[in-house]
Amino acid sequence: MKKTIQRFSVEYKRVLDEKGNIDQKLMPKISKEIIRFFYEKMVLSRRFDERAIKLQRQGRLGTYASVLGQEASQIGSALAMSRDDLAFPSYRESGVFIARGMPLHLLFSYWAGDERGMHTPKGVNVFPLSITVGVHPPHAVGAAMAFKYKKKKAATIVYFGDGATSKGDFHEAMNIAGTFKAPVVFLCQNNQYAISVPVKQQTAAETIAQKAIAYGFEGVQVDGNDVFGVYKATQDALNKARRGKGPTLIECFTYRRNDHTTSDDASKYRKPSEVTPWEEKDPLLRLQKYMKKNKIYSTDWDADVIKKADTLVNKAMVQAEAMPNKKPEEIIDHMFETLTPALKEQRTQLKEEAKRHGS
Amino acid sequence: MDLNMVDAINLALAQEMQKDKSVILLGEDVGEDGGVFRVTDGLAKRFGNHRVLDTPIAESGIIGASIGMAIAGLKPIPEIQFEGFLAPAFDQLISHASRIRYRSQGHYHVPMVVRSPIGGGVKALEHHSDSPETYLVHTPGLKVVIPSSPYDAKGLLISAIRDPDPVIFFEPKRIYRAIKEDVPKKEYTIPIGKAKVVKKGSDITLITYGASVKTSLEAVGSMSDVDVEVIDLRTLSPLDTNTIVSSVQKTGKAIIVHEAPKTLGVGAEIVALLNEKALYSLEAPIERVTGFDTVVPLRKFEHFYTVNAQRIIDGIVRVMQSGV
Ligand SMILES: Cc1ncc(C[n+]2csc(CCOP(=O)(O)OP(=O)(O)O)c2C)c(N)n1
Repeated sequence: MKKTIQRFSVEYKRVLDEKGNIDQKLMPKISKEIIRFFYEKMVLSRRFDERAIKLQRQGRLGTYASVLGQEASQIGSALAMSRDDLAFPSYRESGVFIARGMPLHLLFSYWAGDERGMHTPKGVNVFPLSITVGVHPPHAVGAAMAFKYKKKKAATIVYFGDGATSKGDFHEAMNIAGTFKAPVVFLCQNNQYAISVPVKQQTAAETIAQKAIAYGFEGVQVDGNDVFGVYKATQDALNKARRGKGPTLIECFTYRRNDHTTSDDASKYRKPSEVTPWEEKDPLLRLQKYMKKNKIYSTDWDADVIKKADTLVNKAMVQAEAMPNKKPEEIIDHMFETLTPALKEQRTQLKEEAKRHGS
Repeated sequence: MDLNMVDAINLALAQEMQKDKSVILLGEDVGEDGGVFRVTDGLAKRFGNHRVLDTPIAESGIIGASIGMAIAGLKPIPEIQFEGFLAPAFDQLISHASRIRYRSQGHYHVPMVVRSPIGGGVKALEHHSDSPETYLVHTPGLKVVIPSSPYDAKGLLISAIRDPDPVIFFEPKRIYRAIKEDVPKKEYTIPIGKAKVVKKGSDITLITYGASVKTSLEAVGSMSDVDVEVIDLRTLSPLDTNTIVSSVQKTGKAIIVHEAPKTLGVGAEIVALLNEKALYSLEAPIERVTGFDTVVPLRKFEHFYTVNAQRIIDGIVRVMQSGV
């Protein structure tokens, strides 16, 4: 005897196409003001990103991972969250931080190499970013389980790349989330590269989205350069999570247009001709086209948006660089609520040494 | 040939791959990209993608699969991109790689070399500046090697590849390109388990390894009034007890220098060893100049953590002043 006991399919969703036309049936209800707000946040993310790369070249920031081309995935999903939802980003999520209201000077401080930048202010519900690839999905699952236990009407979102889906922790997290119907959204930005390794070498599966099926919940692929599509998919998934219907995996299909980080040289492993077509698919341009068609855009307004973004970015860097330095002994702090005897001794040692030699 | 450590390791890998078809490399970005530090540059092109495997991001899988390859007749050299990502592979390292010889009572063994950069001083992101050697040294069944120069890197790596047991080969990333020296093209080996006296001296023994060898030599070089003997351990497990003990028996004083956190660092083991084997030769308390029991700070404040020449000098002075 032989029969088929499972078949599966994966949906692909796109609301806004490359020409700026929308699929009316799928278009979420959003006002013109909100659409403008989307655009403003995407511009702010882009300007921050461009500045960060310049500052890195000047030696004022350390290694930085660019968002370029992934703004729709990040801003669209982050703006779909409610205030109490908690995001778990990886290192490429400046756009998520920005959309969630993280003060820009803190982001700059962090990337300049000051861990105080990851101390998110109250109300900015973003967990410190994960430098290690694919190990934070379990944290998001656990936090979601805690929300459920406490009957809090909130969900979590965890952000990661295509490469992260190769990690065991990702699979364990998916499985736990499925089993406990945890209110969590797994948001994968499939930018098609993990440093030099193309996604085709990362997995033999057709899509990342389908990995959810093995864990008993829905996976969907969306056009990651379509801010409306990402917004809608995330909002649906979050609503479903908050209604107790369990997790969702969203694969935002997009492209990493910059080097992996400022320490990488992508010309070693991919041709510029591969990147060019993605410039035409730029998420900001695409939204702009839609806005032009619908008469909610003017070049004057755009110029103003850019100017305002630049002002914020400029001020933020000034503020970041004006932050007083840590004292040497402060590198000991935050290991425990109460320092251990050994740490107290080491703290004193650092203090005395600084007195002797200057810091 | 004047080579830096990156090129010396690349040369050792290429020569062993040329010589022995069972040697294969695997890891993240080790193929076309040549590794993020370019240590495996050109090897995929030269030996083919079937011998230099770009793997998915799966450290546990990389080490676990390497164990499988090793027991089935290959000599895998997995690369873990940064020391911080050894942690995801810990179960495979400490519960399996290290025990398979014992578990099978000698029927199977695991001839693999796990390469990984280690240490700070490159102003990196979190998990990219750590010194986790103690975890591995503490694991019975693993050998742990850490070169301090291009010449040593080549000779030690060849020994590691030919070793029948699992070897963790740490590459101090701060000195990947900081030292250039003559590295013979011809093959040579440096034995695992043998330390090297890199500078002879009579007043005090300084025991160190990895990138701290360079810093220690700089510190010692600037001190005209103390004659320091400097030992580069080269191998952290097994430790070369003889070289350490006989030097301290001669000088009567000891200082240990490492970047790793102080508590239970390799220094603690050496202090215990000297207590067991050289206590009556000691003329002063042993000093440890180490990292702190904290997270290595990010770029901006990393220098507060770093074991620098000044700290080493201060340590030596403390021992000399406390001597009987
Ligand atoms: C566990 C782990 N292994 C290796 C690395 C080194 N590393 C940093 S980013 C990266 C690629 C990640 O690719 P992907 O998950 O697709 O995300 P992307 O960077 O493309 O956004 C690697 C291998 C790491 N940070 N963590």
